[in-house]
Amino acid sequence: MREKTLIAFCTVAAILLAYNLYVMLLVLPDEVSQGPIFRIIFFHVPSAWTAFLGFLAAAVASVLYLVRKDLRYDAFAVAVTEVGLAFAAVTLVTGMIWARIIWGIWWTWDPRLTSMLVCWLLYAGYLMLRHAVEEPTQRARIAAVFSIFASVDVPIVFFSIRWWRTQHPQPVVWGGGSMDPAYWNTLFLNWIPLLLLGAAMAGIRLRQERRQRELEALRRMAHAL
Amino acid sequence: MDERNFLYMFYGFLAAWLILAVYVVALAGRERRLQREMENLRRMIEEKQKEAS
Repeated sequence: MREKTLIAFCTVAAILLAYNLYVMLLVLPDEVSQGPIFRIIFFHVPSAWTAFLGFLAAAVASVLYLVRKDLRYDAFAVAVTEVGLAFAAVTLVTGMIWARIIWGIWWTWDPRLTSMLVCWLLYAGYLMLRHAVEEPTQRARIAAVFSIFASVDVPIVFFSIRWWRTQHPQPVVWGGGSMDPAYWNTLFLNWIPLLLLGAAMAGIRLRQERRQRELEALRRMAHAL
Repeated sequence: MDERNFLYMFYGFLAAWLILAVYVVALAGRERRLQREMENLRRMIEEKQKEAS
C-alpha cells in the first residue's frame, strides 16, 4: 500500500471518527433501558465485524497460498490476522465493560463470549506458531492450514446467538433484535473509519512482512560472504 | 447509577482506543527495528565486499 493511500485512509478515518464521536456523545439520546453505556455498541460491533473480515480474508489468503505456493498470500494472511486480533481484543474488552454495567458481571461462560474468546486464542496461537517455525515455506504451509482451521470458529461466533440460548443480546443484523434507525446509521458510519484504520494497519504490516523477507535474504547473503 | 453508567461508557471508549494505540505503537517499534537491522546488514555486506575485493 502506497504512503499516500495510507495517509488518505487515516485522514478520512480521523475526520469520520471525530464526526461520529460528536454524534454519539452530543446528538444521539441515551438508550431508554441501558443509558449511556449503550454507546459502547458503536465500537463493540464494528470492531467485531472488522475482526471477522480480517480472519475470513486470512482464510482465503491461506487457501490461495496452499494452491499457488506464493509467499505474498502468506504475508497478506499474517497482516490481516494481526489486525483482526487487535480488533477482536477491542470487541472482547468493550463487551466486558458493557457487561459489568448491564449484567453486573465482567464475564460469563456464555456461548457467544466463549466462542469469541476461543477465536481470539486461536488467532493468537496462529501468530505464536509462526514464531516457532524458522523455515519460511514450512512456516507458511503450517500457518495456512492452522488459519483455515481457526476460521471455522468465525461462523460459530457469529451464529452462536441463534444456535444456542445465550445471555448475549439478540443479533441486530438479520436477527430478532432491533434498533432505532439513528443508532443504525451511527453504527454503520462508525464501521467505515474502523475499516479504513484496519486497512491502513494491514497495509503497514504487509510492508513490514515484505521487509522481513528482504532482511532474511540479506542475512543469507551476509552468511554466504 | 447514571454516573457509573457514563463512567463505564468512557472506560469502554478509552479501552477501544488504547488497544488500537498499543498496536500502532507496536507496529511503529517493529518498523524501526526492521529499518535498523536492514541498515546494519547492508553496511556489513558492503564492508565484507570491500574486504573481499
